[in-house]
Amino acid sequence: MYLATTDAAATATKVTRGRVGGTVLALGAVSLVTDISSEMVTAVLPLYFVLQLGLSPLQFGFLDGLYNGVTALVRLLGGHAADRGGRHKLVAGAGYALSALSRLGLLLAGGSTAGIGASLAADRIGKGVRTAPRDALISLSAPPDALGRAFGVHRAMDTTGALLGPLAAFALLWATADAYDAVFVVSFCVGVVGVLLLVAFVPGRDAGAPGRDAGAAVRPRAPAARQPRVRLLAPFRAPAFRRIFAAAALLGAATIGDAFLYLLLQRRLEFAVSWFPLLPLGAAAVYLLLAVPAGRLGDRIGRRVPFLFGHAALLGGYVLLAVTDSGPVLLVGVLLSLGVFYAATDGVLMALAGPVLPAAGRASGMALLQTGQALCRLLAAAGFGAAWTVWGARPALIVAVAALAVALAAAAALLPGHDRKDR
Amino acid sequence: MPLPTAPRALSLRARIIAVAASIAVLTTVAVVYTVSAARHAEPSGTASAFGLDHGRLYFRSTGAGSGRVARLTARPGAAGSSGNRTTGGPACERFYAAADTGLCLQRRPGIPPRSYAVVLDRRLHEKRRIALTGIPNRARVSASGRMLSWTMFATGDSYATTAFSTRTSILDTRTGYLIKNMEEIPLTLGGRRYHSPDVNYWGVTFARDDNRFYATVSTKGKTYLVEGDMRKWAARTLRENAECPSLSPDNTRLAFKKRVREGAADPWRLYVLDLRTLREHPLAETRSVDDQAAWLDDRTLAYALPGHGGRRSDVWTVPANGSGNPSLRIPDASSPAFVP
Repeated sequence: MYLATTDAAATATKVTRGRVGGTVLALGAVSLVTDISSEMVTAVLPLYFVLQLGLSPLQFGFLDGLYNGVTALVRLLGGHAADRGGRHKLVAGAGYALSALSRLGLLLAGGSTAGIGASLAADRIGKGVRTAPRDALISLSAPPDALGRAFGVHRAMDTTGALLGPLAAFALLWATADAYDAVFVVSFCVGVVGVLLLVAFVPGRDAGAPGRDAGAAVRPRAPAARQPRVRLLAPFRAPAFRRIFAAAALLGAATIGDAFLYLLLQRRLEFAVSWFPLLPLGAAAVYLLLAVPAGRLGDRIGRRVPFLFGHAALLGGYVLLAVTDSGPVLLVGVLLSLGVFYAATDGVLMALAGPVLPAAGRASGMALLQTGQALCRLLAAAGFGAAWTVWGARPALIVAVAALAVALAAAAALLPGHDRKDR
Repeated sequence: MPLPTAPRALSLRARIIAVAASIAVLTTVAVVYTVSAARHAEPSGTASAFGLDHGRLYFRSTGAGSGRVARLTARPGAAGSSGNRTTGGPACERFYAAADTGLCLQRRPGIPPRSYAVVLDRRLHEKRRIALTGIPNRARVSASGRMLSWTMFATGDSYATTAFSTRTSILDTRTGYLIKNMEEIPLTLGGRRYHSPDVNYWGVTFARDDNRFYATVSTKGKTYLVEGDMRKWAARTLRENAECPSLSPDNTRLAFKKRVREGAADPWRLYVLDLRTLREHPLAETRSVDDQAAWLDDRTLAYALPGHGGRRSDVWTVPANGSGNPSLRIPDASSPAFVP
C-alpha cells in the first residue's frame, strides 16, 4: 500500500507535465463534431415529427425501448469486431459514417414512418458500433498512468459538441423559419467532417513506429489474427474486471435516470417553462468543466475515488430532492450534482477498466461494461417509474436514496483500493 | 467502407490540406442550402386581414399563405361553396374559433423555441398571449366563446426519453383564470378515486353551459373518455378507448377517434357516441383520422387528413350519422372551425 502510494505520487508529477496525445485530441475533435451533428437532429426531431409531419407523437414512444435493446446488442458486436484483428479505426469509422448517412435518410424519408424508423435505427446502430472501439482507441493511445486525463479531455470535447448541437439547430430553425431539411443537411455535412477527421488524423492499425506519440501506437501487443479467437464473454475471466463490472452494474441499477430528475425539478419549480429544455445544458456545462480535473485526480489518487465520489454527489442530489422544496437550492444543487456525477464517473470508469483488460480484448471488454451499465440503468428507470406510480414521488425518492447508498457501500467494498496493483 | 487503413501514406500537411478543402466544400453546401431555405421562409405574425363573421368556415391554410389562418370566400350553401379562400389571417400551428373568440397556437423558433397560446378577439386581433412549453396539438373554444382549452405535446417528461406526454390548459376568458396543466384534477376512474403520476389529458370539448366538459385521459397505456365539471373541479371516466372528443352543437353526441388497431399504422377511426344511450357508431370515413373533429352543424363533421399529390393536409367532411361518404372539402388545409 505504502509503495503504491509513493508510486502514484511519482507518476502524478510526470502526468502533470505531460501532454495529451495527438490521437486523443483527434478522437476528441471527431466526437465534438459528431455530437454537434447528432444533437442537432435529436433536439429538433420531436418538433419535426409533430409539426412538420403531423405524426402523432404518442405513436413514437414505444420504439424507444426497442432501439435501446438494439443499441446494447450492436455495441457488443462493435467491440467484438474491433478486437478481431485490431480494426478499431475501421469499425469506429463505419459507425460514424452510418450515423452521418442516417441524416440523409431522414431528409429523403419525408413523412414515411418506415423510412424515419429505418433512419433512426441506422443512427442508433452507428452510435452503438462506434462507442467501444473509440474508447479502446483512447485507452490504447494514452499511457496507463494518464488514462484518466485522456478520457477527461475526450469527454469534455464530446460534451462541448453536445452543448453546441441544440443551439446550432435552434439557431438554424430560427434563421430559416423552421426549415427542418436545412437542419438535416447541415447535420449531415458536419457528420461527414467528423468522419474525415477520423480518417485523416486518427492512426490506424499499422500507424507509426511504436514509441511515437507518447507510446500511442494503436496496436495490440500481438497481432490478434494469430491469437485464439476473441470470445464475447472472455473479459469476465479477469477477476479485476469482474469486480469493476459488478460495481458499475450495481450502481447503474440504483440510478434513477436524468429525465426523472428533470421531471421532479419541473414539478417543484415554477419558472418560465420555455427555458425548461435548457436545463440539461446546465448539467452538461458542469460536466464539461469538471471532466478533465476529475480524470487527473483519478490518475493521481486512484480512479475508484472519483468514481465513488461521483455517485455520492448523485446521492446528494437525490437527498436534496427528497428533503427541500426551495427552488433555487434545488435548481443549483441538482444540476451541480448531475454534472459532477457525469464528470467523475463516465470517462473515469473507462480509465478504471482499461488497464485490467488486455489490449487485444479491450474494445469487447469496454463494450461489455457499457452495455451492462446501460441495461442496469434502464431497469432502474423502469423500476423507479413503477415505484413513483405506486407510492408517489417522495417515497420513491427515499427508496432510491437507500438503494444508491447500499450500492455505493457495496461498490466501495468491491473495487480494489488502488487500481495500479494489476499493472 | 472506403476507410484507408494507412493514412501515413500521406504527409501530415497533405492530410491537413485535404481535410481543409473538404470542410470548405461541405461548409459551402451547408451555407447555400440554409440560405436558399431561409429565402423560402414564411412570414409570421398575428395581424389579420379579416375578422370572425357568422356563417363562415375558417381553417389553417397549408397551401397559399401557408401557415396562416384563412377562410372560404363564399358562405356554405352558396354557389361555389368549395371555391376560393381568403388568406391573410394570423399565423398559427393550430386554430379554432367560436362566437367572438379565436384561439391560435403558435410556435416561434429560437433559443429556446417558444410556444404561445394567443387569444384573439372578433377582429382576430391579439387580446392575450400565454407563453407555453411544448408543441401545439389541439385547440378548442366553447360555443359562447368564453372557455378555451388547448393541448401541447411535451418531451422529457418521461424516462423513455423520446416518449411524449401532453399538457392541457384551460382558460376562462371571463375571469381570466388559467389552469396551466389540468392533470391535477381529481379523477374518478371506474367509480373509484384514482391517483397516478402518469395521467395525461388531451382534447377538451366544452358543453353549452361553459361548465361541463369532455376530454381524453390516458394512464397505464389505456385511454378513457372523461366528463368533467369546472365548478366542482372534478372528472370521472365514462368509458374506455375514446380520444379527442368533440361535442355536437346540440350537445347530444360526441364525435371521437377510437383506436381500432394496435401499433403505429392506421390506428384510429372516427366514431360518434350518443350521450343518452352511450351507444356508438362508426362513420363512413374508413381512413385513420388523427384529429379532434369539428362539427360544421348537427349533421356534419370536418377533420384533417394527410394530403395527396404533394399537399400537406386536406380538410374532409363526413355525415355524422354514419351514412354517406367522406368528401374533400378544402384542399391544403387543417384546423377547420365553423363560426355559426
